[in-house]
Amino acid sequence: MSGTHAETVRYVRDTMLPEQAPPLSAAGPIAWVRTNLFAGWFNTIMTLLSLAVIFFTLVELVPWLVQSSWTATSLNECRAQIVEMYGEGTTGACWAVIRERYLQLIYGFYPSELYWRPSLAFVLLIFAVAPILFERVPRALLYLTVIYPFLGAWLMWGGTVWLPIGAFMGFVFAYLTIRFVGTRAGAIVAAIAAVVVAIVWWLFLMGPVVQEFEQSIPLALEPVESRAFGGFMLSILIGVTAIAGSLPLGILLALGRQSDLFIVKSLCVGFIEFIRGVPLITLLFVASVLLNVFLPPGTNFDIILRVMIMVTLFAAAYMAEVVRGGLAALPKGQYEAADALGLDYWKAQRLIIMPQALKISIPGIVSTFIGVFKDTTLVSIIGLLDPLGLSNAIRSDTAWNGVVWELYGFIALMFFIFCFSMSRYSMYLERKLQTGHR
Amino acid sequence: MTIVTDPPKESFRLGMLIYDSRYRSLTIQAVALIGFMLLAAWLISNAAQNLAALGKPIGFDYLADPAGYDINQRLIEYTSRSTHLRAAFVGLLNTLLVAVLGCALATVLGVIIGVLRLSRNWIVSRLMAIYVEAFRNVPVLLWIVFFMAVLIETLPSPRAFRGDDPTASMLLNDTVAITNRGVYIPEPLFTRSLGDISVFGAFGISIDLLVLLAVLAAGLWAAHRVAVRADAIQEATGDRPTTWWQRLLLIVGPVLVTLIALGFHLGYSELKGFNFQGGIHLRNSLIALWLALSLYTAAFIAEIVRSGILAVSHGQTEAAYALGLSPNRTMNLVILPQAMRVIIPPLISQYLNLTKNSSLAIAVGYMDITGTLGGITMNQTGRELESVLLLMLVYLAISLSISAVMNWYNNRVKLVER
Repeated sequence: MSGTHAETVRYVRDTMLPEQAPPLSAAGPIAWVRTNLFAGWFNTIMTLLSLAVIFFTLVELVPWLVQSSWTATSLNECRAQIVEMYGEGTTGACWAVIRERYLQLIYGFYPSELYWRPSLAFVLLIFAVAPILFERVPRALLYLTVIYPFLGAWLMWGGTVWLPIGAFMGFVFAYLTIRFVGTRAGAIVAAIAAVVVAIVWWLFLMGPVVQEFEQSIPLALEPVESRAFGGFMLSILIGVTAIAGSLPLGILLALGRQSDLFIVKSLCVGFIEFIRGVPLITLLFVASVLLNVFLPPGTNFDIILRVMIMVTLFAAAYMAEVVRGGLAALPKGQYEAADALGLDYWKAQRLIIMPQALKISIPGIVSTFIGVFKDTTLVSIIGLLDPLGLSNAIRSDTAWNGVVWELYGFIALMFFIFCFSMSRYSMYLERKLQTGHR
Repeated sequence: MTIVTDPPKESFRLGMLIYDSRYRSLTIQAVALIGFMLLAAWLISNAAQNLAALGKPIGFDYLADPAGYDINQRLIEYTSRSTHLRAAFVGLLNTLLVAVLGCALATVLGVIIGVLRLSRNWIVSRLMAIYVEAFRNVPVLLWIVFFMAVLIETLPSPRAFRGDDPTASMLLNDTVAITNRGVYIPEPLFTRSLGDISVFGAFGISIDLLVLLAVLAAGLWAAHRVAVRADAIQEATGDRPTTWWQRLLLIVGPVLVTLIALGFHLGYSELKGFNFQGGIHLRNSLIALWLALSLYTAAFIAEIVRSGILAVSHGQTEAAYALGLSPNRTMNLVILPQAMRVIIPPLISQYLNLTKNSSLAIAVGYMDITGTLGGITMNQTGRELESVLLLMLVYLAISLSISAVMNWYNNRVKLVER
């Protein structure tokens, strides 16, 4: 047998061949280029077109970016320097304007010896926001988050320390009322009592008490007027206030819109649809020329505060619709399960409905945040000096008359960094909270 | 014996308004209503006091006064002697003009970019991603002023078109001039024009335009009938007659005949003196606003289109192929209708956003309704309350009508579930 076999079959492989790399045309960079860039004539044309676009953009842009002047003190000097360095006929960016004015673009006309205050406020803001954004940050920082609105406002505007403390005490008193009345008389009575206590404190008691403290322990920062605020400081101030205020307000509006109570529902729907139906600029007109008409004669409060209120209301209406989407997307069984457990309305919302509804609406919430932050540029139309308003102010200086691209580019880049990181954070959050099995 | 047992009569106690869930909702609503009415009364009384102190009565008669300012980009007749009301109306038409132009361009660009972003071609999809991120993460106001700067700074001035050896030349066989003062395009003229009809004696509408629109509508309706008939034949016999050329002829033919009958020709703009004369002058402000709004909104529409296409599961395509549908008909009959259901509602809310963002025209001096009624009229007359109120009402009316269309469409295409 073995003899015949040996005669008929000349060669039998008794070991496996080692695995070979796939041919170059099926794997590796060449294959990748083939399937992704040059698959078919249409694909090839698109690739070549894209390459052409990229090439010409870079050819136009890179020399302009690089052949630039950083040291000049006026636009004409900039041009002269660039011609001197890179030869006749070259045009380049005049980054000197950014170098000279970047502090103004960031702080506006805030007194330069007080720059540490907004800077400190910004650093503290990061620490105050961190425990909300990231789980690994120590929980103790949440105390900073609670007092930050008052601390930040004090740092920015200055003045006596007792005013923000007084305003904060209103919330403390309201909280204490809920704690003490709540155990004896039930939640609703406690809530009403807390609101009454806080309002009485703010309207009638706070003023004299603050004055008393101010006289006995004068502890104050140099006050800074709102007119001096500007630049990215102003954008961030308005943006952060609107973002922080619009989420709770938006949740309440969304709950109101979903509620069975007819009057509450119609009020919420009316508010939301009205705000969403008009452009932000008309609300800013209201803030700049009309809000004082609707307030008691003689009141004249800060333009920045008025703008912040209007932008917050505007953002809240959009937020309400986003949250309502999340509420509507939640299966009805969740509501029924909460009822079956015997939870009352607020407990059910807090423990079961809201955590899920907010998780669903994260992308919408963050894109509303980004939209609000971008919309803070609109305040330049009513004459506040946000970065865009400042760019006009800088151009009205004879030394920099005619500088356009450098300023717009810088402002656009800053906004891009802020907004892009916000959208990336929302993606991170979505992944972190992803518990489904899809 | 029947024993009638009445439920024990509860006497009503005041505490039940809070603790009894039957009455609690009434209490809450009553409190909310009273609170709202108190707030409104407070605001109104403050406003009344303040306005009385300023000596400003509330009234809209100022709208009938002559406006006294010029509007350079307008669709209807307007002079500085016209009334404020007419100025506001010119502004409203300008708002609608830029909104319609913007929505059209943004849709086209958005669909193309959204589809290309899904392309298997790596470079193309990256490029489109960069476009989308760049436009979405930078404020639209910045884009508007940026485009305005591009138009003013980079385009040739009309002077560059003059002389024996001009540095700039008109495009498309000397019909379109792109200058830093705006774009000049030919205007349609009719030698046998039918004239204008006057609406309420306020402004004229060209009868030629109305006739053309009517003929176009009739053509579209006839083409639709042909398609319906083709559908019926296909239902009955399984064969679909080829009708595309009939439909094309029905749409294009009558319009062409009408144009010839009316003596249609183009009026070109020419360089006279320091500027171009004749033709239609699209100002820089309009072009900058239009481009910025369209490109900005297109980035959002691209994302909507992309998610809409991704939302249709691949099983639908496979099922359609299994039924023997061609790729074209699969796209038209299976994929698109389902993708549209996802795409349309956010798309219309983008149209709404674009319309509302057009109010930023004031930053580049385009006279839309915010620029006329909320800008010059308000500043000249000092009637802030009335002007802002009217302005809000106008935008609210536009928004609500677009929303109404959206709701109608949503109801029409809603999935009827079990």
